[in-house]
Amino acid sequence: MQRFAALFESLDTTSSTSAKIGAMVQYFQRAPAADAAWAVYVLMGRRAKRSVGRSLLHAWLIEESALPAWLVDETYASIGDLAETIALLLAVDQPAKDPADDLTLSQWFTERILPLAAADAETKRMRVTGWWRQLGYRECFLVNKLMTGALRVGVSRSLVTRALAAVFGQPRAQIERALIGEWLPSSAFWELLARNEASSHVSHPYPFFLASPLEGPVEALGPREDWLAEWKWDGIRGQIVRRRGECTLWSRGEDIITDRFPEISAAAEVLPGGTVIDGEVVAWQADRVLPFAHLQRRIGRLKLTAKILQDVPARFIAYDLLEFGGEDCRAQPLLRRRGELSGVVAQLGQQIIHLSADIPADSWPQLAAQRERARALGVEGIMLKSWQSHYGVGRQRGAWWKWKIDPFTFDGVLLYAAPGNGRRSNLYTDYTFGVWNGDVLVPVAKAYSGLNADEIQELDRWIRTHTREKFGTVRSVDTQYVFELAYEGIAKSTRHKSGIALRFPRIIRWRKDKTAGEADQLADLQRVLSEQHG
Amino acid sequence: MAAEPVQQTYTRSPAEDLVVATVDGLFCPAGEFHIDPWRPVRRAVITHAHADHLHAGSAGYVTSAAGAALVVQRLPPGAEVRQVPYGEPIACGGTRISLHPAGHVLGSAQVRIEHQGSVWVVAGDFKRDPDPTCAPFEPVPCDVFISEATFALPAYRWPPAAAVAAEIFEWWQGNRARGAASVLFAYALGKAQRVLAELTRFTAEAVYVHGAVGAVTEIYGKQGVVMLPTRPVADLPAAHYSGALIIAPPSAAGSTWMRRFGDSSTGYCSGWMRVRGDRRRRGVDRGFVLSDHADWPSLLRTFRDCGARRILLTHGHSDTMTRYLREQGIAAAALQTEYGTEE
Repeated sequence: MQRFAALFESLDTTSSTSAKIGAMVQYFQRAPAADAAWAVYVLMGRRAKRSVGRSLLHAWLIEESALPAWLVDETYASIGDLAETIALLLAVDQPAKDPADDLTLSQWFTERILPLAAADAETKRMRVTGWWRQLGYRECFLVNKLMTGALRVGVSRSLVTRALAAVFGQPRAQIERALIGEWLPSSAFWELLARNEASSHVSHPYPFFLASPLEGPVEALGPREDWLAEWKWDGIRGQIVRRRGECTLWSRGEDIITDRFPEISAAAEVLPGGTVIDGEVVAWQADRVLPFAHLQRRIGRLKLTAKILQDVPARFIAYDLLEFGGEDCRAQPLLRRRGELSGVVAQLGQQIIHLSADIPADSWPQLAAQRERARALGVEGIMLKSWQSHYGVGRQRGAWWKWKIDPFTFDGVLLYAAPGNGRRSNLYTDYTFGVWNGDVLVPVAKAYSGLNADEIQELDRWIRTHTREKFGTVRSVDTQYVFELAYEGIAKSTRHKSGIALRFPRIIRWRKDKTAGEADQLADLQRVLSEQHG
Repeated sequence: MAAEPVQQTYTRSPAEDLVVATVDGLFCPAGEFHIDPWRPVRRAVITHAHADHLHAGSAGYVTSAAGAALVVQRLPPGAEVRQVPYGEPIACGGTRISLHPAGHVLGSAQVRIEHQGSVWVVAGDFKRDPDPTCAPFEPVPCDVFISEATFALPAYRWPPAAAVAAEIFEWWQGNRARGAASVLFAYALGKAQRVLAELTRFTAEAVYVHGAVGAVTEIYGKQGVVMLPTRPVADLPAAHYSGALIIAPPSAAGSTWMRRFGDSSTGYCSGWMRVRGDRRRRGVDRGFVLSDHADWPSLLRTFRDCGARRILLTHGHSDTMTRYLREQGIAAAALQTEYGTEE
């Protein structure tokens, strides 16, 4: 663990990208294979199956600290991070240095943390509190982090893959591909990665190519005819991988969702072997796309009933062809790939998998006019892809753009605040906003982003001095401040008291010019809901 | 519109209280003087020269002999400043007051007020950790103790200053090895000099200081505080600062002033650095946990040491400490002040 703790320290104490990559390269070159694999796993933000819940850790912290529970909670609210709070309150100042006691990162997982899952509650408590009493601050913090999830040490997936590419002398795209989907950290996996064989699994997808938001004028892209324009569908980006008699549907979140969408997998069975299609899974009925919330019902269900399959039929809108005839064709220009793709889709001869339309518009102004229809069509805007573009990895500016429509907005009153995570861990940055229903404010949206650092500081101070009640780490505050929020869509919800659920709400600006009484009414949002579905 | 914080509890200040909170600052009615007032008053007793405790415009000031030079430097010319050696009682209205070391910065003082057999102590900011630049905190037995609560949460426990100084030195040497400058942000009054004094354990090398730090360091030096030699930061090419240690006030972070150092690593010295989120928000590479305030264990130890039957808390986590002490059966309350919790 010492070696990994030192890596964590190096990553945590620099903001320089090259220094971070350098630290990782050094670690990967020197660490035992199994440790290196686990380090990749946790640095990429993957979580091992949870072996002990946060509420248990919280309860044990109160017991072990010998402090009043409210004081532990107040401290936790101020620090904002459970793993860190435990280490600050309990870690030993002078840990006994027994070299035999220093397990490696992989040993910590395989011998200590993972086996916890099978242990009974009392054994879990004995073991975990035993570690707390033994470890110094840094190790205590890290072990808690490994037990509870993400490290949040300012390292992105792409930084990890850049370091690995340097270590193995392989192209980054190769590494990206190998790390997609399910894999278990082990020395064996590390060896496969080193030999460039990790992605040989039959169902392995390709890394997704992502578009950047278009910020300048669309005319700056050059001639209209150099660009493919498609609707930006509001669904789940996915890949159909058809190889050697198997068919797998992957989500962009790198989950296999084949079973969730049997109608799509059945349709894809007809594809020739060695075909990989990039596209969007959408809920579709009566010739139009259904709002995203419907699709969520499909994903959320443990068991798909005949009713849900009938209520929320799914389709796959094909965007791109990544592999054809067993050959990786991502390096070919889009024009060529689309030509092949339309042939492949046409041969299927059914509607479940259909080609994403090329929006007819001869000029940019005509396309802009088409974009005005986006909301009525239930799409998020337009995608612009250069006909010459290769299918890249991740987000690379220049070849693909998303030209989204302006979001919906409303004015809400700040009702509750909770501490954020990571960088914002001891600031109140997770906000809940409400709108008026008669003379009562009902919560309708949670938002975490949209304020600048100064506004966050100012609001944090205000929250601390205008707290009405505390519920654990959440505070209710005086109903005074109004914020303008944007959101992408709205749906009925039986889970929320307000009866509606907003998609991707975020803060646009702090409306200090408005009083709470001037915030929007629930009826305003309900009207948008009925218009959207009318 | 600043509404009253809901969670705070304030004393109603019974008539016999020796010190009360007023809109001008803490006030002793029996002695007719204020302590660290934030508005101009007739007579101001000053615990130390930090900006939130020392405001210009009062008719007369009383401060410790050890801290007088710093107070004078920070007031406009011509201010009337009376110097009182530690422990020497003076008459003030109907009270007898004396100043006692608080261990916060050079010349920092607790104010002991005696009136009709009752003793109150206003501690100002204080710490219990050893500090080679100032006299150590002296526990003064009293009936009522008025304390700061800047770091009054159990998460705040300070590592030994010597260990932190070693970390700073290692960081400096590490940066030097790769040819980079080390820019350390520290309060210009107190923290910067403490670092300069602590580092004498490891080296005798000169350190570059920002102008704000240099002026204060000179005063410390004249009072016999042993520190590393310093040089002013001047307009020299970046190569000149390669491998050097530079001490600057936190306000210099992110300013154009920083550009001259070229490749550099930044560090910040403060008790707040105990918490990772605070360090990351500061945007510095390294946080060094070095505070001139009392941590949680020191606060509790100090309340025991002075034997007070009642504790009043000014700035920081005063509501938290108030509740904790009450639950322990100790009379406690919060006093509203405008002191800051920056460090």
